[in-house]
Amino acid sequence: MITELKNVRRMGENTTGSLFFENGTIRGWNLDLEAQQVLDGRGGTVLPAFLELHAHLREPGQEQKEDLESGLAAAAAGGYGTVVSMPNTAPVVDDPGIVRALIEKSERLGFARLRPSAALSRGQQGEALADLRALRDAGAVMFTDDGRTNEDAHLLRRGLEYAHSLGVLVSVHAEDATLRKDGVMNEGTVSEELGLPGNPWAAEAARVARDVEIALLTGARLHIQHLSTARALEVVRDAKRRGAPVTCEVCPHHLTLTDEALRSFDAIYKVAPPLRTQADADALLRGLLDGTVDCLATDHAPHTQAEKERDLLEAPFGIPNIEVAFALLYTRLVASGRMSLEALVDLFTAGPARVMGWAAPQLEAGAVADVVVVDLEGELEVRPESFKSKARFSPWAGERLRGWPLLTVVNGRVAFQR
Amino acid sequence: MHLLDFQGWSAERVHSILDSADIMREVLDRPVKKVPALQGLTICTAFFENSTRTRTSFELAARRMSADVVSFAAGASSLSKGESLRDTIETLKAMRVDAFIVRHPASGAAHLVARYGGLPTLNAGDGRRAHPTQALLDAYTLRRRLGSLEGLKVAIIGDVRHSRVARSNAELLPLLGAEVTLCGPAPLLPRELARPGVKLTTDPREAVKGAGAVMALRIQQERMAGGFLPSMAEYALSYQVNERLLAEAREDAVLLHPGPMNLDLEVSGSLARSERSLIGEQVENGVAVRMAVLYHLLVGRRE
Repeated sequence: MITELKNVRRMGENTTGSLFFENGTIRGWNLDLEAQQVLDGRGGTVLPAFLELHAHLREPGQEQKEDLESGLAAAAAGGYGTVVSMPNTAPVVDDPGIVRALIEKSERLGFARLRPSAALSRGQQGEALADLRALRDAGAVMFTDDGRTNEDAHLLRRGLEYAHSLGVLVSVHAEDATLRKDGVMNEGTVSEELGLPGNPWAAEAARVARDVEIALLTGARLHIQHLSTARALEVVRDAKRRGAPVTCEVCPHHLTLTDEALRSFDAIYKVAPPLRTQADADALLRGLLDGTVDCLATDHAPHTQAEKERDLLEAPFGIPNIEVAFALLYTRLVASGRMSLEALVDLFTAGPARVMGWAAPQLEAGAVADVVVVDLEGELEVRPESFKSKARFSPWAGERLRGWPLLTVVNGRVAFQR
Repeated sequence: MHLLDFQGWSAERVHSILDSADIMREVLDRPVKKVPALQGLTICTAFFENSTRTRTSFELAARRMSADVVSFAAGASSLSKGESLRDTIETLKAMRVDAFIVRHPASGAAHLVARYGGLPTLNAGDGRRAHPTQALLDAYTLRRRLGSLEGLKVAIIGDVRHSRVARSNAELLPLLGAEVTLCGPAPLLPRELARPGVKLTTDPREAVKGAGAVMALRIQQERMAGGFLPSMAEYALSYQVNERLLAEAREDAVLLHPGPMNLDLEVSGSLARSERSLIGEQVENGVAVRMAVLYHLLVGRRE
C-alpha cells in the first residue's frame, strides 16, 4: 500500500510537499504515485520520529500506573517512534520470556515500537548477572539495573565486559546510594530550609567518576542515564576527552525545573535524580550545546495520582513527561532562541540512535517510515486530563507550548493523530 | 487562616498573639478555666506521628475555649493501607470538622493538609521543618521572663539538622529582634541555615557567649545510627548544656528545652531542675499560647 503524507514542510523549508511511504518504508518526496491512503500534515514540519531510551512502562505488574497500551500510545502522542523500556517492573525483566511477551504485545498494539531493556543483574539485586545472552537473543537492546544503583563495582565490571562482547549497551543510574542515603530532593539551601533529607550533588559525581573509570578499564561502552548535576557533567566531559567509551543523556525536567519547585511540597516534583539548582540546569544546557550530552531521554515515570498525593517522604520518585517532552523543549530552548531546531531534533533522533549504535533515522528513500509531524507555530496548553498516559498530571500543566506533534507514523502506519 | 510556619508573618502579628496569650494565662489561673470563644466549633487533631505531650497541650487549649475535639491518629498504618494524605484529610473534612491541627513525620505535610482540606490548619510539627507553636511558646516564655527580645542573643544547641524546633525558632526569634546562634556537631549543623540574624558555630562556648537564653535540643538517639556522631558520651562531653557552659553566658541567662529531655545527655539534670530553667514554664505557657493561636485563627474567621 502506498501512503501519501501531504501538506508537510521539511525542516528549514517554507514550501509544503508530500512524503510517500510504501510498506513501512519511505519512498521519497513529491513522487508521482497513486496513493491508496492520504494523510494531511496540516502544514506542519515533518521530522524523523523520536527515539526514547529511558521510559518506564510499568508492565508487567504495575498496570495501575501504566501499561504497554497507555505508555506506547503516550509515546506516539509525544512523537516517538521507538521506545526503550526500563526493566524495573514486577517481576523484573530478567527473563527472556518476559522480553518476548513485551515485544509481541507491543507489535499487536501498533503504537510506538517497543525495544525492551533487561536487567543487568538477576532481579536487579546487584548480586549475580542475569542471563544476558538469552535476554539479548529474546530481543533486549540494553542492560540496566536502572534505579538500583550497581553498588558492587566488580559486578558492574563483569557485566560491562560480558554485555560488550554481546554487542549490547549497558546503562547506569549513576548515583552512590550510600551517599544519597535517604535524600528525597537536592541537598542545598532549599532542602535545609524545608527540612527535607537532601541528596548531594557529590552522590552523582562520585558514582559517575567510578563508572567512567570502569568503562576505561574494560573498554566497554557505558551509557550514563539522566545526568542532573554540573559536576557530574564535568566528569563526563573530562572522561570523553580522555577517550572513555561513555555516552550520557539528560531529561527535560532537569533542564526546565529546579529544586525551588519543592517549596510547593508537591510530590509531583519528586524525582530521582532530584531537581537541582539553576546553575546545574544551565550547565546541562551547555552540555547539550557543546555535544557533551549525547541525547535527550525522558525518564517517563508514571505513578498513580494517589501515590503522588502523598507527602514528600512517602510519595514515589518520578515525573511523567513523554507526551510533552518535545513541545516543552522546543518552546523553552528553540522558540526562546537558545538552541537551533536542528540541534534539538538531533538530540531526539540521531543522538539516541548513535548511543544505541542504530542507523540514524532519516527522511530519505529506503529509510523506515517512522515520522512525526510537529506544529511549530500553534500554541496549545498542557492538559494532563487528556494525556494518553495513565499518569494524568504534569509539572507543566496549564503551560502554553508550541511544537506539539500532530501526527506520528510508525512503520508506515498512523500511531497517533491529534 | 493557617499557622504553618512564619513565612510572611510580621512582628506585629506575632506580638498580638503573644498579647492574647497573656489573657489566656489569666483564664488558666481562674477556678473555672473555660471560656466560650470556640463554642460550636469542632477541631480535629490529625496526628500522623506520635506525640502525647503536644497533642494534650493542643486538646486542652481547644477544650478550654469550649471547642469540641476529635482525634485522628494514623501512625504509619493508614499509609501502608494505601490511603493518601489527601484521602485521609478529605474524609475527615467530610465529617464536618472546622479546623485541623496536624502533626506529620514529613516536612511540608501541614501545607498539603491546608491545601487539600481547605480549612484553617495549625501545624503541630511537620518533619524537620516547622513547629511554629513551640517557637511561639518559647518566644512568649522569654518575653515574660526577660521583657523585650530586641537584641537578645539566643543559643540553640544540639541536633539542629533534624530539629523543627530549631528551624521555627530561627525563623521567629529574629523576626522579634533576637539574634540566634545555632550550634552543634558539624554533621548535625547544616551550613545552609545561616542567614541574617542566624549564625552557626560548632563551638558551644562561642555560641553561649553573651547569650541571654540557651536552648538545648533533644538528641534523638535512634537517629544517631546514621553515623552522625561517634558516641553519645562524646556528644555529652562536648555539647551538653550544663552549669559550666552556662557560666559563659550572661549572668541571668535562662535555659529552655522543648522536651522530652534526655537528662544528663543534652542537658544536665541539675541545670534542668534549677531556678535558671524555664522548662516547666514553657509547658505551662504552651496551653495559653495555643489558645491564643486558636483564637486568632478561628474567631477572627467566624466574624
